Amino acid sequence: MYRYDEFDELLVRERVEQFRDQVQRRLDGSLTEDEFKLLRQMNGVYLQLHAYMLRVAIPYGTLSSRQMRQLALIAERHDRGYGHFTTRQNIQYNWPKLRELPDIFELLADVEMHGIQTSGNCIRNISADHLAGVAADEVEDPRPTAELLRQWSTLHPEFSFLPRKFKIAVIATAEDRAAIKVHDIGIRILRHPETGEAGYQILVGGGMGRTPMIGKVIRDFLPKQDLLAFVEAVLRVYNLEGRRDNPFKARVKILVHELGFDAFKARVEEEYAKLDGPTINADPAEVERIAAYFAPPAYETLPATSESFERHKQEDPAFAAFAETNLAPHRMPGYTALTISLKPIGKPTGDASADQMRVVADLAERFSFGEIRVTHYQNLVLPYVKLDDVYAIWQELKAADLAIANVGLITDIISCPGLDYCKLATARSIPIAEAIALRFADEERQRLIGELGIKISGCINACGHHHVGNIGILGLEKGGVENYQVTLGGDATENASLGERLGPGIDGDKVPDAIEKLVDVYLAERHENETFIEVVRRIGHDPFKAAFNEIVEGAARAAA
Amino acid sequence: MPLLDRNGWKSDEFARYDAFFDAPAIIVPPETLNAALAERLPQQRIGVEIPNTFRPDLLAPVQDQLSLVIVQFPAFSDGRGFSIGRMLREQGYTGTLRANGRLVPDEFAFARSCGFDEIEMSEEHAARMPAEQWLAAAETFSIAYHNGPDAGASIFARRRQRRSEAA
Amino acid sequence: MSVPKAAVKRPPLPAVLHANHVLDGDVIVWTGSEWSFDPQAALVAENDEQALQLEAVRDASQASGEVIEPYLVTVRRDEDGLFVPVHYRERLRTLGPSVRLDLGKQADLMGAQ
Repeated sequence: MYRYDEFDELLVRERVEQFRDQVQRRLDGSLTEDEFKLLRQMNGVYLQLHAYMLRVAIPYGTLSSRQMRQLALIAERHDRGYGHFTTRQNIQYNWPKLRELPDIFELLADVEMHGIQTSGNCIRNISADHLAGVAADEVEDPRPTAELLRQWSTLHPEFSFLPRKFKIAVIATAEDRAAIKVHDIGIRILRHPETGEAGYQILVGGGMGRTPMIGKVIRDFLPKQDLLAFVEAVLRVYNLEGRRDNPFKARVKILVHELGFDAFKARVEEEYAKLDGPTINADPAEVERIAAYFAPPAYETLPATSESFERHKQEDPAFAAFAETNLAPHRMPGYTALTISLKPIGKPTGDASADQMRVVADLAERFSFGEIRVTHYQNLVLPYVKLDDVYAIWQELKAADLAIANVGLITDIISCPGLDYCKLATARSIPIAEAIALRFADEERQRLIGELGIKISGCINACGHHHVGNIGILGLEKGGVENYQVTLGGDATENASLGERLGPGIDGDKVPDAIEKLVDVYLAERHENETFIEVVRRIGHDPFKAAFNEIVEGAARAAA
Repeated sequence: MPLLDRNGWKSDEFARYDAFFDAPAIIVPPETLNAALAERLPQQRIGVEIPNTFRPDLLAPVQDQLSLVIVQFPAFSDGRGFSIGRMLREQGYTGTLRANGRLVPDEFAFARSCGFDEIEMSEEHAARMPAEQWLAAAETFSIAYHNGPDAGASIFARRRQRRSEAA
Repeated sequence: MSVPKAAVKRPPLPAVLHANHVLDGDVIVWTGSEWSFDPQAALVAENDEQALQLEAVRDASQASGEVIEPYLVTVRRDEDGLFVPVHYRERLRTLGPSVRLDLGKQADLMGAQ
């Protein structure tokens, strides 16, 4: 993975000192809270419902064992002993004190980490496929591209005060594991159909929030060397013309929608033509320098199958279940990418205690060349695991309550922190996730249901990505009480689609019943091997609406 | 109004007028700019103040005649001026570039990297933010991923330099 | 996005004054003479005159920046006779996360309701 040179390091250190000084100027009144708020947000410091919150950047979801250990130390020393992994591959702490934040940033800088631009109206963490470097069908590792964009976007003098946040994601496979179609800019590395050269398909204008939209292709094939200049052109048009009168209408997706895609594209091409490519674009030598950090680790030459792995699966059904759900195919024979689920049944989604972080750091060091990935599903991955080692890892994970075999299943729920933590929320989301997980706790039933992505947001800002959940849940308020709208048919992959509401909002305690109804329809209707989303697309929403309506009517009768 | 550059507070040699006026250094709005340039007296310096919705390329035909361009920043969080400044420099404007608005010192280095030479602000705003804070802010970063007068050559440029020295 | 300077509409009485502590981030309440971390120490405004006093403190502390985002919160008496916020969001602010009862004021302050 990337290692800072002295320049990257110096920048981050100077940033810490700048923040220290900003706190001082807030305290002595030189900066108003409004001014300080935007500046502290640009270091990932939010004020939430109960306390400040710190969002630490984990660039494209890759971190080292050493970094994970530091995150554990910070959780213990400066927070309440745990952290929360997010839908943009970052980590959040919920209880830091402002007076301690400069010291926290020092500790982060010690391991090449920071909170730069994880919030604010600027370019955020560049996310990427969590299987980067190990997916068998990737054109090339997307992370050098992501790292280049990270550096280019860091403290960019022109683009630090945009109309609103700006999110970029990068993949290099046909399968989209980074939801690029719902990002402001989505980048897919692909091969030119004729020359075979690697280049970029660029999408613009995807996003969630109040008005979700799927991104559109603005360039089918952009040569690799032209990336930064083209992205600058997009950002320049957005910076100049994005709306600043209404924060709910300020994302680039709204500009694309209001101008019309063709007019937006024409503006971008107009600016792009004026930019001096050679000044802005990266040196090929620099691209190579960065790429060298992502060279494959020292894999062993192994047979494709591991005898001990197969034997353990035979002998231990619980292990076989784990192997079935939590392992992803790997480009190297004899290896796998192992997902550690942070979705314990009946507990908050995406959280890890300091002890658990250390267990993961340790396992990564011993079994995964010291590297860990964070997925936008709020889980962790050990990317370079030998099949021979999976059983031993699983046993250690079990001891740490990290061996839940539910990746991709109905209890692998994405949930934003919601009103339990977040100032913007209109309802709680975590208890809904917990209740659903408890209802579907039975492992055999989960496997029977198969792949089903539930995503929960505690307000219309949609940080839980509910619009692209196979089942989406949106927490609102009705009559002074929390009320939940359920949507159906969303998809965050290359087959991206936005969910549609099934009916009126329902009480929180009815949500597990509602999910059961939807699952029952699916199980009754499915053909061999069909997934939930496939059945939804085949039979349409009406059967599901009818089943959902039984819950609504039952509630109305009970209230009468 | 208080005016600041890399060396601290300075006096403003320019004055604002609605249209051409017989004074050594005048600032006019875009609507009366062409007329003012047509009437310009020998040695007279003319500047224009533009809102941050103004397309900078509209100034290209006359930019060689301009001594000063002022870009308005209606709020410290409104970064349109940074693009406008950079675009003016990219299209070859070499005169003085001024930002007018409630910027905070933490934006000074960004403004300078986008081509701004000076910042104008209200008395009340200046009272809250003494010159030392602005000058210290300009020196906060000795390094950056983009070229600028304060941090010097970008990190990318420095790495390129290193490579060519090593070669 | 600047905060509009128009007068904030008063919520129904009785009401207390909430804010967040600048250095620590904690929820704080106005007791009548100072800011406290204990929600039960809040001064309850039950009539117009008392509400005006709270609003004066709100405006002054907002302007000075000594606290963050002060605002009035409607309360009611619960079964034990204690004043608690009416809205579930404000109630959560005085307690802590409902999914981690070991965190927040509900755990840190003995006797927090």
